[in-house]
Amino acid sequence: MSSLDTEKEDLLVLGIETSCDETAASVVKGCREILSNVIYSQIDLHTVYGGVVPEIASRGHIEKIDQVVKKALSDAGKELKDLDAIAVTYGPGLVGALLVGVAHAKALAWATGVPLVGVNHIEGHICANFIDNPSLEPPFMCLVASGGHSHLVNVLDYGSYEIIARTRDDAAGEAFDKVARAIGLGYPGGPKIDKEARLGDPESIAFPRAKVRENEYDFSFSGLKSAVLNYLNSCGMKGETVNRANVAASFQKAVVDTLVGHSMQAAHDRGVTKFAIAGGVASNSLLRQTFEEQCRERGIEFFRPGPVFCTDNGAMIGVAGSYEYLLGYRSGNDLNAVPGLSIGDRKGVFRI
Amino acid sequence: MKILGIDSSGLVASAAVLETEPGPEGRLLAQCSTDYKKTHSQTLLPMIDRICRETETEASGLGAVAVSSGPGSFTGLRIGSATAKAIALAANIPLIEVPTLQGLAFNLWGSSRAVCPMMDAKRDQVYSGLYGFEGGKLVIYRDQEALALGEMLEFVNSFGKEVIFLGDGASAYAGMIASGTQVPFMFAPAHLNRQSAASVAVLGASMYAEGRYINGEDHSPVYLRKSQAEREGAKKFDLWNTV
Repeated sequence: MSSLDTEKEDLLVLGIETSCDETAASVVKGCREILSNVIYSQIDLHTVYGGVVPEIASRGHIEKIDQVVKKALSDAGKELKDLDAIAVTYGPGLVGALLVGVAHAKALAWATGVPLVGVNHIEGHICANFIDNPSLEPPFMCLVASGGHSHLVNVLDYGSYEIIARTRDDAAGEAFDKVARAIGLGYPGGPKIDKEARLGDPESIAFPRAKVRENEYDFSFSGLKSAVLNYLNSCGMKGETVNRANVAASFQKAVVDTLVGHSMQAAHDRGVTKFAIAGGVASNSLLRQTFEEQCRERGIEFFRPGPVFCTDNGAMIGVAGSYEYLLGYRSGNDLNAVPGLSIGDRKGVFRI
Repeated sequence: MKILGIDSSGLVASAAVLETEPGPEGRLLAQCSTDYKKTHSQTLLPMIDRICRETETEASGLGAVAVSSGPGSFTGLRIGSATAKAIALAANIPLIEVPTLQGLAFNLWGSSRAVCPMMDAKRDQVYSGLYGFEGGKLVIYRDQEALALGEMLEFVNSFGKEVIFLGDGASAYAGMIASGTQVPFMFAPAHLNRQSAASVAVLGASMYAEGRYINGEDHSPVYLRKSQAEREGAKKFDLWNTV
């Protein structure tokens, strides 16, 4: 049993998320039950630019935030006055985008008298695992991989995190986006490479698997990205046709080998019995499959969120916020966005 | 009816509580402005909280929220807008969009001279317009837009009326204004020359009386400028040009 045995079955928390290009809100009951999950994705606004444009994202959030919050409440059949807490992502992320959610959530909390809890976006991703896996309790190890983040984290208890490894350069999802663009698949790269890779041979091109000297568990993907670009250039110079599916498959295999390899090494070294994945890259089919196999072979119990809870959403913020609330964390009217917030950093909260 | 006024469009963070009764002029219960460091995210809501506590005003006791709706700092505007929208949503009250430069001009209510508020829009531009007061009402001689300082001064000169300049743009370009203005002019003094939520609330109250208010969910700031990416176009604005 975890140290947090005060779970209230009827605890009702609104989660608000605007750290990147999804405007999202959700009502969560009893820490893990999702009563509503509304996500307004701006992806169409950004596709033409090949990635998320911060100012366009911020403008999108202010236009949609009211509608998204209202729908989350009405889908759940709840009103603001029914809430025990309002949880909001205050970092890490795009500062202008974060500020919309933070300012909105703060004013909602102020106007209703409902307590406010600032939530770390990455911790939210990790907590997404609690939604579909009722048996999952800390401690466990979790790989968080998305367009902006690649972290290997030891979840010691609810609200207690130890960072085991991080990326030294590009996030895993960023590498997917850049390679997808280089081979003409476009944005967003993750799902497009996943699909294209199924038609290719993952052993056809030998791309590197980088190791970082200072910390054997850390990740590095910029060398891999350069190797892909060099390969494409040399094909071009030799006048060879590029087999796009083979590039996608070989690149994806290299990323997955790195993520899974480092994770399993750390899990082994630390005697971990439960392993979870989270973040947008966690919806990659090869990554899921490889983790499943590797964990099974090692007798490690494997957990993953449903695909809708891998990408950014309000539910994961509501879940993380519920546990933070029960741990006594609160935020004030002066809560600010912290774009570079690290895992476990509680800059924007205080304990009652 | 109580109206909460908010302005976070520039370096000033400002909040005010106006009681519109007894008419016709009402009573300004509280106002607070700081023009020190631009940390609206940390200052605006604590300021609103403080003046509301001091005047025993609860969100549920507000009749409307008036917000300076742009132009201005993109992020500053959104902090004010998100705050106003959430209060309007939670208290189920309407939102009044007060154009930033009209709110600024309203600081000089009753002036017989033309009033030219200016905000520094950077990139060699100002956000500006030209206003005046007729029969106690704000009138618009030239609506707010983003334009070159020289173009605005040309308009002021051709308009031909004595003028008062105010706003951070007037301070930033005081020298150029002095040399380029051919009509008699003055600069507004410090207690009147920046955005004020009191002006936003009072002008907002008259807009409310004319039925010019909206549902908070329909409100977004007026930027008067596209994002850099949109201006430069998808081809030039290449997010991955470092690949």
